[in-house]
Amino acid sequence: MNRQSIKGLVQPDRVHRSVYTDPALFELEMDRIFGRAWLIVGHDSQVPNPGDFFTTRMGREPVIVTRHTDGSVRVLVNRCAHRGARVCEAAAGTTREFVCAYHGWAYGTDGRLCGLPLPQGYERPPAESTGGGLASVPRVDAYRGFVFASLAAQGPTLAEFLGPLRASFDDFVERAPEGAVEVAGGVFKHAYQGNWKLVLENHNDTVHPAFVHASSIWAAREQPAGEGYSEIGVRQMLQNGAPWDVWENTGLWVAGYGHSWMGDYHDDRRLVAALDHPAFAEYRAALERRLGREGVARVLGERRFNSIVYPNCSFMSQFRQLRIVHPIAVDRTAVHAYSFRLKGAPEGMFRDTIAFSNVVNGTGSPILTDDLEVYERAQSGLGARRSDWVYLGRGHGQDVPDPGGALRGGTGTSEIHIRNQLAAWLEYMTAEA
Amino acid sequence: MAAATSVETRSEVEQFLYHEAWLLDHGRLDEWLGLFTEDATYWIPLQASQSDPLTASSIVYDDRRLLEVRVRQFQHPRAHARTPAPRTVHQISNVHVLEAEGELRVASTLVLLEYRQERQRVWGARVEHRLRRTRDGLRIAAKRIDLVNSEAELDGIVCIF
Repeated sequence: MNRQSIKGLVQPDRVHRSVYTDPALFELEMDRIFGRAWLIVGHDSQVPNPGDFFTTRMGREPVIVTRHTDGSVRVLVNRCAHRGARVCEAAAGTTREFVCAYHGWAYGTDGRLCGLPLPQGYERPPAESTGGGLASVPRVDAYRGFVFASLAAQGPTLAEFLGPLRASFDDFVERAPEGAVEVAGGVFKHAYQGNWKLVLENHNDTVHPAFVHASSIWAAREQPAGEGYSEIGVRQMLQNGAPWDVWENTGLWVAGYGHSWMGDYHDDRRLVAALDHPAFAEYRAALERRLGREGVARVLGERRFNSIVYPNCSFMSQFRQLRIVHPIAVDRTAVHAYSFRLKGAPEGMFRDTIAFSNVVNGTGSPILTDDLEVYERAQSGLGARRSDWVYLGRGHGQDVPDPGGALRGGTGTSEIHIRNQLAAWLEYMTAEA
Repeated sequence: MAAATSVETRSEVEQFLYHEAWLLDHGRLDEWLGLFTEDATYWIPLQASQSDPLTASSIVYDDRRLLEVRVRQFQHPRAHARTPAPRTVHQISNVHVLEAEGELRVASTLVLLEYRQERQRVWGARVEHRLRRTRDGLRIAAKRIDLVNSEAELDGIVCIF
C-alpha cells in the first residue's frame, strides 16, 4: 500500500476499518511505528546491578535489556550473530555472558562477541564478518528510571518525544517518599484476539466504564461495605460507576506523537492519598520528610489516572501500575502489566497496590476480562466488509489549547485521544523514511 | 499423612470435590459459593510456587467478599465476558489427603475443558483445598489453583476452577 492511499485511511473524525484488520498494514506498522518510535522496555530497577538482565520485545523484536559492567543499560537483539538462535531464554537473571545453546558463541552484557569454538576454522575473524556480536538497539535512554529504546538510529530525543507527558512520569516518581520507585510483585501477561490499538484507545475512553463494566459496578454496589483485602478492589469497581458529570469534567489532554493523559475521576478517600484518609497518614508523614507540607499537597494534588505513551505504554502514576503493549499479529496483542513499590512508603501502600492490580489488571479480573471481551467483539465486528468506517466524532471541533503545550478535550468524554493517536499513526506511516 | 487417612475420610473428601465440580459444571454458582466458609479465600497464583497473595499479584485472589462480588457479577445480564457463559467439564483426579488433623488439606489435579464462543480451552492445574468440618459438613476454608501455564500470556479467564 503506497503512502498516498494510506493517507486516505485516517480522516478528521473517522478511520478506515483496515487500520485494525489489514495484515499488510500491520507489517508496515512494525517497521514504521514500532521500528521508529521510542518504546518503553522497562524500568531501571529491573537491572539494578552489572550483569543483571531481563528479556522482552520491542514490537515483535526479541531483545535483552542488560546492565553492562560500566553501569550503562544496553538493549541487545536476542539473536545469535552466527546462525540466528535466541541466546537468552530466561525472563530475567544475572550473568557475565550469554552463551548460545547451538554452537557456543558467547557474548558479553554489551553484546560483544567474546568467545566461540574453533576460531582457527575461519578465513576472517568471525567478529568482523558478523558485525561484532549481538546487534545493539541503536538508541537507549531513560526518563526518571523508565527505560526507553528506539530501533531507529535517527529521530527525536526521548525528551522531545515525551514532551509534556514527562509530567506523568514525574508524578509517578515524586509520590515515593525516597523519590524512587521499583518494579515489584510479578508481571501480569494478558492477551486478546484484537489489534494493539484497541487497548490504547480504551484506556482514556471515559464513556466505556458505564457500559463495559456495568456488571462489576452493579455487583459491587450490591455488596455490603467491609474492610480488609477486598476493600480496595470493591471500591475501585464502585468508582467506575461515577455519574456522567464526573466523567464530563475529568480532564483529558493530548500531546505530540500520539500521547495522552486523563485527570482523575476518583472521589473515594480510601483510594486517593490526597483526600486525607487515615490509612495514608504514615505515608503522608514519610513523604513530608522529603517534600515538606506544601510539597506533599502539591505532589498528591496532581491527579492523573491513565497516561499513554504511544505506541506501547499506558500507566497509572497514582496507582503504581504500568502496562506495556506487545503487538503479535494484526488481530493478536499481549499486554504486560507491572506493579511498582514507592520506595520509603509503608508496606500497606504496596499491599494496596497489589490489591488494586489484581482487580484492575489481573487476568481473571472482574473488570479487565470485560475490557478484553469488548476488544475481541470490536475486532470481530471490524471484519465486516459492508461498513468501512469507524466513527470518532465525540468532542470533535471542541478541543481547547492548553498552556502545557498540549491540547485538551472540550469535555472529559471526548474522543480526542483516539483522534490524536491516529494522527500520530498517520504521521509515522506516511513519513518518508 | 496420607497413609493414616481412613478409607471413609478419603471417600468423603472425594465425594465433596466431585460435588463441588458438579455444581460448577451445572452453573449452580450460588450453591458453589455456599460451600465456602465466611473467612474463605479462592486463589489462583500468578507465579509458580508463589508464597504470598498480599505482596505479589495473582490471576485471582478473592476473599469471601470479592468471591461474592464475582459470583454476583457472573449472573448479571451484561457480564459481557460471561455472555454466553462458558460450559465446563471439571475432571478431578489424584486426590490425596495431605493432612487429616484439624482442617483437612487435600491435593488434587484438575483438567478443565472450557467451551465458549466457538472456542475450546484446556486448563491443567494442581489444586489444594483446605476443608473445615462444620455443622453443615465439609466446607472450603481455602482453595488454591496452580495453573500449569499461570505465567504465560493468557487470554482473559472467566471460568471458575
